[in-house]
Amino acid sequence: MDGIHDLGGRQGFGTVGYSPAEPVFHHRWEAVARALLVVVAGAVKASGGEFRHSIERMEPGHYLTSSYYEHWLTAAATLAVEHGLVTHSELEERAGGRFPLSGPVLAPPAVAAGPDVDTPRFGVGDRVRVREWHPPGHTRSPGYVRGKTGTVIRVDGIHSVPDIEAHGAARRREPTYSVRFDAADLWRDGQRGVWIHVDLWDSYLERS
Amino acid sequence: MSAGGHHPAPVSQVERRVAALEALLTERGLVPAGFIEEITRRYEAEIGPMNGAKVVARAWADPQYKQRLLADGTAAIAELGFGGPEGDHMVIVENTPGIHNVIVCTLCSCYPWPVLGLPPAWYKDPPYRARMVREPRTLLAEMGCPLPPETEIRVWDSSAEVRYLVLPERPPGTEGMSEAELAGLVTRDSMIGVARP
Repeated sequence: MDGIHDLGGRQGFGTVGYSPAEPVFHHRWEAVARALLVVVAGAVKASGGEFRHSIERMEPGHYLTSSYYEHWLTAAATLAVEHGLVTHSELEERAGGRFPLSGPVLAPPAVAAGPDVDTPRFGVGDRVRVREWHPPGHTRSPGYVRGKTGTVIRVDGIHSVPDIEAHGAARRREPTYSVRFDAADLWRDGQRGVWIHVDLWDSYLERS
Repeated sequence: MSAGGHHPAPVSQVERRVAALEALLTERGLVPAGFIEEITRRYEAEIGPMNGAKVVARAWADPQYKQRLLADGTAAIAELGFGGPEGDHMVIVENTPGIHNVIVCTLCSCYPWPVLGLPPAWYKDPPYRARMVREPRTLLAEMGCPLPPETEIRVWDSSAEVRYLVLPERPPGTEGMSEAELAGLVTRDSMIGVARP
């Protein structure tokens, strides 16, 4: 989905709230939220894709105004409700107020994944273009490289396609590639001497 | 918390939500006793940038190890006893006099846990994720890491299964240092690529 999480290149954000020394957890609730996500993901056997997508479905205003551990909390609660571990009304009753969850899944369940792709279609040095697509569900193809052309610089073995694993029990594994883009090809105001590398699954790419 | 404690900080909305989910999952028997404390302790005390610092220091001190590290990051890191979730496919990117590497995850918060621990808040927040792939030269300078205009910048967006670690340049004047002393120079931020040791 073209969600708020796909932040690469978005403009208007200010200074990075940078601190060289920062505690692992600022508050105890952050540590608890993180642990609860591990509990829920284990209990419902959520794949990495399903977990990430449960954050991506957060309402954009909530996403941008909450810390990352609140994202994890929202993901844990959303997955817990969707898999029937708890109900939304139980959560709100216990919390004594609103407990916002992520929005619904917009993609149909993935049923037929097709066979694994064992052989890389591309090799180091090949020019590839990122497919210009806008799937309704989870994807790891960032918006800022779609339609752009780059060069394969590394082939990384085969991995489960997130777009499929996020939406059911079906799995298909494909090669992933590290693709190098010249910043000047990505941005009208691209900085000189800058290369952006994005790791992409085989089905995200076509030969250029 | 000051002495007295008659006026504890009010419980925030998010704290109430976390407590609600924790209580419900605990009642259903899904949270093993001590689990939250144990996983928290591990990430506060055992899994953090001190591990990555040992990897970098070894690479600075031992050219053969460095060669193995650059050829197969996962295996070379395992030699030092580190590995696990978010560290199964490690690629090490090396800074050289003309090349500076920096890592980011524009889509979420991917980060090499076994060698760097959990990411700092700023790494996961929108400004860093939005800007590092668009204006890295400006952002690095803002964050205290200005680079000469002729230095090539390589940004690595961790969008699939590989997790990256930056191998910083060994600082000059450290020739006589032991590996442990070298590790003391390596900061978390130099292994992300937003600082230099």
